[in-house]
Amino acid sequence: MTESALTPGIVAGRMGADQYAANFSDLHPPLDHHEALVAADRCYFCHDAPCATACPTDIDIPLFIRQIATGTPDAAAKTILTQNIMGGMCARVCPTETLCEEVCVRETAEGKPVEIGNLQRYATDVLMAKDVHPFTRAAATGKRVAVVGAGPAGLSCAHRLAMLGHEVTVYDARAKAGGLNEFGIAAYKSAGDFAEKEVQWLLKIGGITIETGKALGMGLEMSQLQADFDAVFLGIGLGGVNALGVVGEDKDGVLDAVDFIAELRQSSDLSGLPVGRDVVVIGGGMTAVDAAVQAKLLGALNVSLVYRRGRDRMNASQFEQDLAASKGVRIITNASPVAVHGNGSVREIEFEYSDDDLTPTGQTFRLPADQVFKAIGQTLEGSNLPALEGRKIAVTETGRTSVSGVWAGGDCASGGDDLTVTAVAEGRDAAMDMHAQLMTAAG
Amino acid sequence: MANLTTDFIGIKSPNPFWLASAPPTDKEYNVRRAFEAGWGGVVWKTLGSEGPPVVNVNGPRYGAIWGADRRLLGLNNIELITDRPLEVNLREIKQVKRDYKDRALIISLMVPCDEESWRDILKRIEDTEADGVELNFGCPHGMAERGMGSAVGQVPEYIEMVTRWVKKYSRMPCIVKLTPNISDVRKPAEAAKRGGADAVSLINTINSITSVDLDDYAPEPMIDGKGTHGGYCGPAVKPIALNMVAEIARNPETHGLPISGIGGVTTWRDAAEFMTLGAGNVQVCTAAMTYGFKVVQEMISGLSDYMDRKEMTSTSELIGRAVPNVTDWQYLNLNYVAKAKINQDDCISCGRCYAACEDTSHQAIEMSDDRVFTVKDDECVACNLCVNVCPVEDCITMERVAPGKLDERTGAVVSEEYANWTTHPNNPGATCAAE
Repeated sequence: MTESALTPGIVAGRMGADQYAANFSDLHPPLDHHEALVAADRCYFCHDAPCATACPTDIDIPLFIRQIATGTPDAAAKTILTQNIMGGMCARVCPTETLCEEVCVRETAEGKPVEIGNLQRYATDVLMAKDVHPFTRAAATGKRVAVVGAGPAGLSCAHRLAMLGHEVTVYDARAKAGGLNEFGIAAYKSAGDFAEKEVQWLLKIGGITIETGKALGMGLEMSQLQADFDAVFLGIGLGGVNALGVVGEDKDGVLDAVDFIAELRQSSDLSGLPVGRDVVVIGGGMTAVDAAVQAKLLGALNVSLVYRRGRDRMNASQFEQDLAASKGVRIITNASPVAVHGNGSVREIEFEYSDDDLTPTGQTFRLPADQVFKAIGQTLEGSNLPALEGRKIAVTETGRTSVSGVWAGGDCASGGDDLTVTAVAEGRDAAMDMHAQLMTAAG
Repeated sequence: MANLTTDFIGIKSPNPFWLASAPPTDKEYNVRRAFEAGWGGVVWKTLGSEGPPVVNVNGPRYGAIWGADRRLLGLNNIELITDRPLEVNLREIKQVKRDYKDRALIISLMVPCDEESWRDILKRIEDTEADGVELNFGCPHGMAERGMGSAVGQVPEYIEMVTRWVKKYSRMPCIVKLTPNISDVRKPAEAAKRGGADAVSLINTINSITSVDLDDYAPEPMIDGKGTHGGYCGPAVKPIALNMVAEIARNPETHGLPISGIGGVTTWRDAAEFMTLGAGNVQVCTAAMTYGFKVVQEMISGLSDYMDRKEMTSTSELIGRAVPNVTDWQYLNLNYVAKAKINQDDCISCGRCYAACEDTSHQAIEMSDDRVFTVKDDECVACNLCVNVCPVEDCITMERVAPGKLDERTGAVVSEEYANWTTHPNNPGATCAAE
């Protein structure tokens, strides 16, 4: 090993192989059988349980935990997957601390909720390890549906439609299905190629064809899809990345955080992935934290996460903020970038402090940087889309857009948080609505 | 530190915690360690007649049920009496007693149901200097098939007969250990008293099958594909044992007959409860088998603290203290009215009280949209189920409706008069109907 954390510039191999493996192993190691039973014992089987209410996919959490406790994890998994076909991934990436576990009555009672996320992972892991698919398709309806985008929303929609007997074609611009599960989530949250395995397992339902390398404006046109299929679902995500809009943004070393995360996720050898010695991430959401933490785990010496408002306004949960801090990421708040300095490549980035309502204070500071990741939000891209609401496709509660026969869900659609679990719920609900409409039309 | 010394039928021990006749007391090695740990007495595991000892199975002897976090709640066993040679046991008993004169050492006995067998075994144990004998008329498995153990304990006449033999051939204090596998435990207790027993001890274990293997379709513990009923003990049997102890303590025929309380004693509190219901001491097995001999130290400190708190200087002040308050249902005060009250500061909004009341009781709890649970006094019958299912201790309490106040459920003012079923107008056999 010739490089170390101290090596200036953007270089690969800052650590030994063992360190890479350790840094990118499971963030939350799975519960073993005994741990799962102990954790399940803590559930009170609440009436009209707050955790289930808080779950965007309405998983019957007390029921699945009781099924684990009574030695039937397969049944528990089915309870989960009936509501959320990506229950395995959601168990890994859901911000449970702001959803089910936040409202767990044992959080109220003892400040220590039932480990719902870990238990969900236990149950789904047990089932998926058997490599069986617990659902079967209804009789063929003869209806064909196009799903654009093979992310959580699209795949959830496709699975439900296939289960109901429809033929589904899923298109995705990338070479691989999975969307942000595959390309946009920190590696330590989806260790062991889980996202890819989950997609393969999900497709076992049958009736779903995946076509990669295709997207709207990239071999697909809305009008043609509408003509060729009985219904269309758009789960196209947010393809664009917001720009900083400051002088010097075009210098080498200034990158989009989503690209860094995607490259890292697809890398087969992390020791070959270069990272800066001094890394600055701009933003305050999950993507910013994922980029900052992973830069640190790749061996960067100094990683700063700079957010323009106060901590309380960060989209990243308290858990994520604490995780970043525990890995050695320095979080700087109330500072906005004003200029990127450097000769060809970034050398420093200059910030100005601002108060909570973003009024500049006139005080500036510079951080040394050989790599800057922008994570200040993504935007919807595309033309000929259904009507927008704000910057997203306007949808009803069941995902209907302004265009008849076209539904949308996930990050590209209005309403809901931009979470995997929300996307799964929206895809599922749209599928149910599409089914109802297709079958009514057929009758 | 309260004085925990007890004098049970003339047998003194530094505390009322004895180890029951069972695997923990089957040899010198164990009993010495038990005494070192602090146990006040030991009932040596049951001895049989001279001759080849009994044999035990070579597969599992115990079955169990568990609560949350695999806490052992109930244990059953199919182990027989001692499988060690009689002379070895007798030698060890003598050696131990010589070294622990301040501790109680009782010998449990079980021999065939004939006078000669009992005379012989009593003669054999004479010079051990043990403090007394306990007649094992309780063991429900194995030995019962051979006409011993609970086969004797289920026939009051046999109990009386054997007890008489024992008193005839021995001057040792005699405790008769009773089986709960009988419909009315007062009958064998009365028989023991008639036969001259100095005390009874109860309960022995309860006939039980703890579980069934759902792959092999056989009861647990399973030996080569078959199982048999075993004797059930541990925390799960405590309520049954408490009732049986109380029944004997308040029965005029046996009132005052010393009782050694057995059945699920796990903490000082359990022991104190047995003693208030009339037990002069307690015998423990499952707690020691679950946690080791050291548990006695918690029992000693807990009971001592309790007695200090209650300003009791002797265990005799505790023994039987609750017996006068054990009564028949027909004498319970029907004019006592209570209502459940949910302490909102302690409530964690799990809704278990609501589910229990709404689905299975009196629909007397209301749930608001924001998960606040309140009792409907006009529906609540004070059944106590909400208290029992609430995971937070003391969050729900039963509050008495004071005499003179309105009971919103009945619309009647609560009377301060005591009134029970014997005089209730709905009772066809009422001795004196309320005017």
